[in-house]
Amino acid sequence: METLAALGHGFLVALTPYNLLWSAIGVTVGTAVGVLPGIGPALTVALLLPVTYGLEPTSAFIMFAGIYYGAMYGGSTTSILLNAPGESGSIVTAIDGHAMARQGRGAQALATAAIGSFIAGTIATAALTFVAPLMVKLALLFGPAEYFALMVLALTTVTAVLGSSLARGLASLFLGLALGLVGIDMQTGQARLAFGVPELLDGIDTVVVAVGLFAVGETLYVASRHRFETEEIYALKGSKWMSREDWSRSWKPWLRGTLLGFPIGTLPAGGSEIPTFLSYLVEKRLAKKPEEFGKGAIEAVAGPEAANNASAAGVLAPLLSLGLPTSATAAIMLAAFQQYGLQPGPTLFDNNPELVWGMIASLYIGNVLLLVLNLPLVGFWVKLLLIPRPWLYAGILVFSSLGAYTLNNNVVDLVILWVIGLVGFGMRVLNVPVAPCVVGLILGPLAEQQFRRALAISQGDPSVFLTHPISAALLIIAALLVIGPMVLRYRNNGAGNGSSSSPSGTHPAT
Amino acid sequence: MTIRMPGAVKGVLTAAVLATASLAATPSLAEIKGLEIIAPASPGGGWDQHARTLQQVLQDQKLASNIQVVNIPGAGGTVGLAQFVTAKKRTPTVLVGGQIMLGAIVTNKSAVTLDQVTPLARLTGEYTAIVVPPDSPIKTFGDLIQKFKADPGSVSWGGGSAGGSDQILAGLIAKAVGVDPNKVNYVATAGGGELLASALGGHVTLGMGGYSEFAPQFQAGKLRAIAVSAPQRLPGSDTPTMKEQGVDLEFVNWRGVFAQSSAKPAEMKELQEAVAKAVASDEWKQAVKQRGWIDLYQPPAEFAAFLKQERVQIEGTLKDLGLVK
Repeated sequence: METLAALGHGFLVALTPYNLLWSAIGVTVGTAVGVLPGIGPALTVALLLPVTYGLEPTSAFIMFAGIYYGAMYGGSTTSILLNAPGESGSIVTAIDGHAMARQGRGAQALATAAIGSFIAGTIATAALTFVAPLMVKLALLFGPAEYFALMVLALTTVTAVLGSSLARGLASLFLGLALGLVGIDMQTGQARLAFGVPELLDGIDTVVVAVGLFAVGETLYVASRHRFETEEIYALKGSKWMSREDWSRSWKPWLRGTLLGFPIGTLPAGGSEIPTFLSYLVEKRLAKKPEEFGKGAIEAVAGPEAANNASAAGVLAPLLSLGLPTSATAAIMLAAFQQYGLQPGPTLFDNNPELVWGMIASLYIGNVLLLVLNLPLVGFWVKLLLIPRPWLYAGILVFSSLGAYTLNNNVVDLVILWVIGLVGFGMRVLNVPVAPCVVGLILGPLAEQQFRRALAISQGDPSVFLTHPISAALLIIAALLVIGPMVLRYRNNGAGNGSSSSPSGTHPAT
Repeated sequence: MTIRMPGAVKGVLTAAVLATASLAATPSLAEIKGLEIIAPASPGGGWDQHARTLQQVLQDQKLASNIQVVNIPGAGGTVGLAQFVTAKKRTPTVLVGGQIMLGAIVTNKSAVTLDQVTPLARLTGEYTAIVVPPDSPIKTFGDLIQKFKADPGSVSWGGGSAGGSDQILAGLIAKAVGVDPNKVNYVATAGGGELLASALGGHVTLGMGGYSEFAPQFQAGKLRAIAVSAPQRLPGSDTPTMKEQGVDLEFVNWRGVFAQSSAKPAEMKELQEAVAKAVASDEWKQAVKQRGWIDLYQPPAEFAAFLKQERVQIEGTLKDLGLVK
């Protein structure tokens, strides 16, 4: 009851026309920032900090919250339309989202992303309001062993994006793992695979690789095949609204994505990518037509988009209740608290209730504003696809290069983008799937660091992964996810075709 | 991530600055027209905050106008340092840096070093706190040293990046109590939230980091500080120093500002005076207090002497730790 009263008061604060205006500015700026690759919410808030110095802290934080949520919405737009993810949380969305766009279903993909984001954002904000302290207590139970197990679980996503050939899928995965090794090793401070290039010491940016493989590689491939194809644009087919079937295929993924996204978002080392991977995996396993995945399944857009927005709300739980910044944006918000002389941390709720509750209330309002802003924009965005293909593809290349450059204002990133783009082109020609590469690049380094930390703390005893209950449970689920389908396939084969099928679940490598 | 302010933002800023400036007292010094401050780190971190605070104060005190902060993150600040040393700029440029950069230059085998820049001023510092969860069996720094001496591997030291300030302090403590620094079981994290979480959750034996970073947790009783690396107890804190507890060690994670060696003598003098005036202002003191930093200003000559001494200690410790051959 106390919480409800406080939240009610928060709404009174957030609903004043003045604060409402700042919320509207925040979500608009955030959406724009999300659309552009290379400029993230963290950078935007940092740039705006000096400008907001004269504002009331409450108004400033309401605007920052709007930017943060808005960026999560906007990130999906370029993923779906241009195959160029704006943020790492929307990489998974590109896989099926862009496939849908190419089938003329871009409007439906954008709509399910926007509505899913709204639903996930609202549910997760409610969770933030009522169970944040509890979730944070659970999150602190996660140590290196538990994180490693979570990464292993997320790595099983690879099985869902592996494609038809095991050998090719694994080659792509290992390429990603190798790319993830580049840079300074966190535990020893030694450089790996940097070849004396100082810009490589901090590793290769995930967004650059994703944009290189997806957007540049794909664009080069289509351009190289262009003269064999008839000139056509990606016409929009039928209504631009979601059909009854779209709705019925979307609502469960939205809810499941939220369920994955919020708790993982509250984990100090959870991040926004892992829940999107897991959501993709879960949706593929539960789908009636798993064969559609990778070719434009709406579930594969609805689930991950909901997961990434729910995780954004999750990140705010440890920030507000403990003063724990778990993402770059959260770290900058923490710096902003200090700029206003506020003490971030466990005492923030008691000392500045107006600010905290005003900000939480503004998240509910921001979500509504974002839906109102984004749904009508769908019609405008999809018109992008009506641009004749040579122009569209030239535009994608310019846009991707610009994004990679603005990331660090560094030519090296541009070179990396184009080298990766050429690799992506080669992979496309050889029919090697690119998604496993990105999964490996993101999860490999995280898993490695947590694995080594866990072993350092246990002084080299590997049994920690099995003696910690959370870690053991996660590893068992991961094992079931990998072995389960093999067993099922074997049993089905055994029952159906008798002795004529191959005797084990292994694929012949082609 | 080099950030140049977009025109609109700059316009708003300039307007705001003009508004405040018109209220401020008349300046006693010629303004520096156009200044670039390089923060060799991402927005939000300590170096970035120092750069932006310095920008604000220099502007408000009318010591310089048209100031830009440029973020060039990477490799412990050495990417920014390299660009700073080689850049030929039309406007005067300064670089924010600190202790971590000294270590990073050695571990990354950086082609440029602090020999190629001119120290302008040491600005602030932070003393390191050693923290444990409230229910930890380790109650005092003495308990910790006892456990560490008996079985060095059983103590996991959680701190920031490998080769950074926290690991160097761990090495110095080991050396001071007679344990081989190579045996320190150091667990590097990305610092910030990740470190705080592993300390709060008790996943490492102890956490190391700037005292002010942990302060809110002490007040809420979620973490306990068993020692601080300061020469005497910090104001408003009853955490005993390492010296009090029998380990003769003082350690400060400092931050400072550097000028390009190519700067002309007149320009150098201008910069030195502007920085000296800025850090003497009430506005700077207020900002330092608000962010939990400690004012450790040193003018150029003293700072240069301090750097020389600091370098020997850091390079030696990195060798002892086995991070540098």
